[in-house]
Amino acid sequence: MKYIDEYREPEIQKEIIKEIQKYGNLINRKINIMEVCGTHTMTIGRYGIRKLMPENINLISGPGCPVCVTPESYIDIAIELLKMEDVIITTFGDMMKVPGSFSSLEKEKANYAKTYVVYSPLDALKIAEDNRDKKIIFLSVGFETTTPLIAQTIKIARDRKIKNFYILAGNKLIPPAMEFLLKEKDARIDGFICPGHVSVIIGRESYTSISKKYNIPCVISGFEPFDILLSIYFILKSIKDEKNEVINEYKRIVKEKGNTKAKEIIYEIFEVVDAEWRGIGIIENSGLRLKENFFDFDAEKNFSIEIKSSNRKTACLCGEILKGRKKPFECPLFEKICTPESPFGPCMVSSEGTCNAYYKYERK
Amino acid sequence: MHIINMKENRIVLSHGSGGKLMHNLIENIFLKSFKNDILDKLYDSGIIEFKDFDICFTTDSYTVDPIFFKGGDIGKLSICGTVNDLAVTGAIPLYLSSSFIIEEGFEIKNLEKIVKSMHAISKKAKVKIVTGDTKVVEKGKVDKIFINTSGIGIRDKRIKLGIERIKEGDVVIINGGIAEHGLAVLISRDTFKIDADIKSDCAPLSGLILEILKETDKIKFMRDPTRGGISATLNEIVKNRDFGIIIYEEKIPVKKEVLSICEILGFDSLNIANEGKVIVICDRKEADIVLKKMRKNIYGKKAEIIGEIVKKPEGKVLIETVTGSLRVLDMPVGEQFPRIC
Amino acid sequence: MCLAIPMKVEKIEGDFAIVSIGNVKKEVNISLLENVKKGDYVIVHAGFAIEKLDKKEAKKTLKIFKEMR
Repeated sequence: MKYIDEYREPEIQKEIIKEIQKYGNLINRKINIMEVCGTHTMTIGRYGIRKLMPENINLISGPGCPVCVTPESYIDIAIELLKMEDVIITTFGDMMKVPGSFSSLEKEKANYAKTYVVYSPLDALKIAEDNRDKKIIFLSVGFETTTPLIAQTIKIARDRKIKNFYILAGNKLIPPAMEFLLKEKDARIDGFICPGHVSVIIGRESYTSISKKYNIPCVISGFEPFDILLSIYFILKSIKDEKNEVINEYKRIVKEKGNTKAKEIIYEIFEVVDAEWRGIGIIENSGLRLKENFFDFDAEKNFSIEIKSSNRKTACLCGEILKGRKKPFECPLFEKICTPESPFGPCMVSSEGTCNAYYKYERK
Repeated sequence: MHIINMKENRIVLSHGSGGKLMHNLIENIFLKSFKNDILDKLYDSGIIEFKDFDICFTTDSYTVDPIFFKGGDIGKLSICGTVNDLAVTGAIPLYLSSSFIIEEGFEIKNLEKIVKSMHAISKKAKVKIVTGDTKVVEKGKVDKIFINTSGIGIRDKRIKLGIERIKEGDVVIINGGIAEHGLAVLISRDTFKIDADIKSDCAPLSGLILEILKETDKIKFMRDPTRGGISATLNEIVKNRDFGIIIYEEKIPVKKEVLSICEILGFDSLNIANEGKVIVICDRKEADIVLKKMRKNIYGKKAEIIGEIVKKPEGKVLIETVTGSLRVLDMPVGEQFPRIC
Repeated sequence: MCLAIPMKVEKIEGDFAIVSIGNVKKEVNISLLENVKKGDYVIVHAGFAIEKLDKKEAKKTLKIFKEMR
């Protein structure tokens, strides 16, 4: 596979690993590097990159899995919608296992066989076109990477006058979340591996203010093991040289200003609001909702749903884990109530979330 | 041991996907009631011992959607699956039953096609279908057609296969490329608008298995990695044992097309179903002989040694990735869904 | 988050293109990009091409480490 396999060659990685070791020694203090993006966490887990790190270099997984940070209430609403007559729920596969307050879509599929996993929002729109007598609701989650596709799908739906297609907007923005983590009083993040495909849309420039304000190295990274290792090397080198800036390791895809056309489409359809992140809480200006012109497509505006507030008090430490302050073993739910088969918190939901990875790789 | 979560009061699809949830179901519901010395071994066939020979007995139901896919159909699958379950326990498959549950309105033309395909493949596998049953149910009660087949085979007393025979240093062999069945079925559904030349590997392996069993008595254990892929099978082998397995990613035969589709949809090829593959655990000294013999068979041309049995870590499967690092290869949790992240 | 992979553009039909990776073909929407041409590599996420791949930069990244030393 061109432009993939070259970046997986073991040979070209050996040298970087050596350099990472060298810089680990030179810096000689504990360094926390956060990979914001869940797909980076996947690569790190899949290729065992954590184990290649020097002892003082700690890779922590950030909140960059749009599915994991989707709050319980969102799933609760989706399940209530599913119970309504003539409603079909369409969703990315990732959402199926995510627990709400009481249940998950996968479990509810057994009760109401009206949930379809789609690969693209366009597939959801196709289901709407083929089933005009039904109401098709697409669970619209995702960061800057995914949002333009959903926005474009809504435009297509409008142009084709498809009246039975709705979205439940839960889209989120990454830079406000990164800043939120840095603002925390005892933030312990020394460098960010920035999400490559979010950056495709928002561009390298989007991180410069964060990097300057908090004096922290940010490296936009591709998704192959070579990319991640190179990015870690760049971060360590920046720390050593005390030159904190935004480096674009993923230049083959990410441009300075990103994909301007895609950015414009997002803000043609959506507007910025405060949003709840599971395990973290409300983050200012970090979410998106449909603009008034597009209310016809808004599930929340077109269906009246009441959800019981669960108000469950939880001992789940995902918030602390996402901030890099606690390890999964310190969580009382870990392994006992919260497992990959029956996840409780966001870090266990994603197949490579921090808790999930610990469950799989670090348990004794 | 993980017990079934009490919150789960209904069966979900993942309970049938060959992963952890299915194993929980077997342990906590079926074994709890059915417990006996033959079933408890959880081998692919129940082995009933007689004085001069053993009888192996197995059953499986087939509900694949779509019923016709690249490289096979539900009928061919129903014969191969049962034949393979017998063969991996060391038996010569002999007699099969076939039972059909058909949805009202199903086209007779398609039924004929399925039955002809069953006949053709059972001739190849040298088995006879000696009994059967047909039920027709109201429209909507089943999806088109479900088939159950059971099979019996005879096993030579000299053949000794069992997980307890596995020792440190033994090697893990597979007879060819992985994940082709699961992906062929998936793209035949056309939900993802993917066009690729991938056929199901669905095949009867009794010939190949008998050939290697004749060659050496140093084969310790075999299993066909169907649902849950090779991840599930390897984890089943090490579960509660005092040894582990290391496999080498580089050595695992896998088609370029398989890897590409996995990239697109975010799947792991190690977790995807095979229907013409067998994992063989064998003494290292005899590995080359087995490999050579396998490669002469049409279903074993791409056979490779993919790993070995290790002392530590006990009860775990590790995979050495292409970067040279080791990670745990866990039992897949349930159904694979295409991912966006 | 965000699984996306480079695929080669084989054929263009309006807002859609047939793209390929390792003998596997797939239809994707290209309306988020300008001037997509046959032979380009695009990054595909959830059925859409979201950016073109810069072939020169791709090579440079692989060599970057050697050049720095």
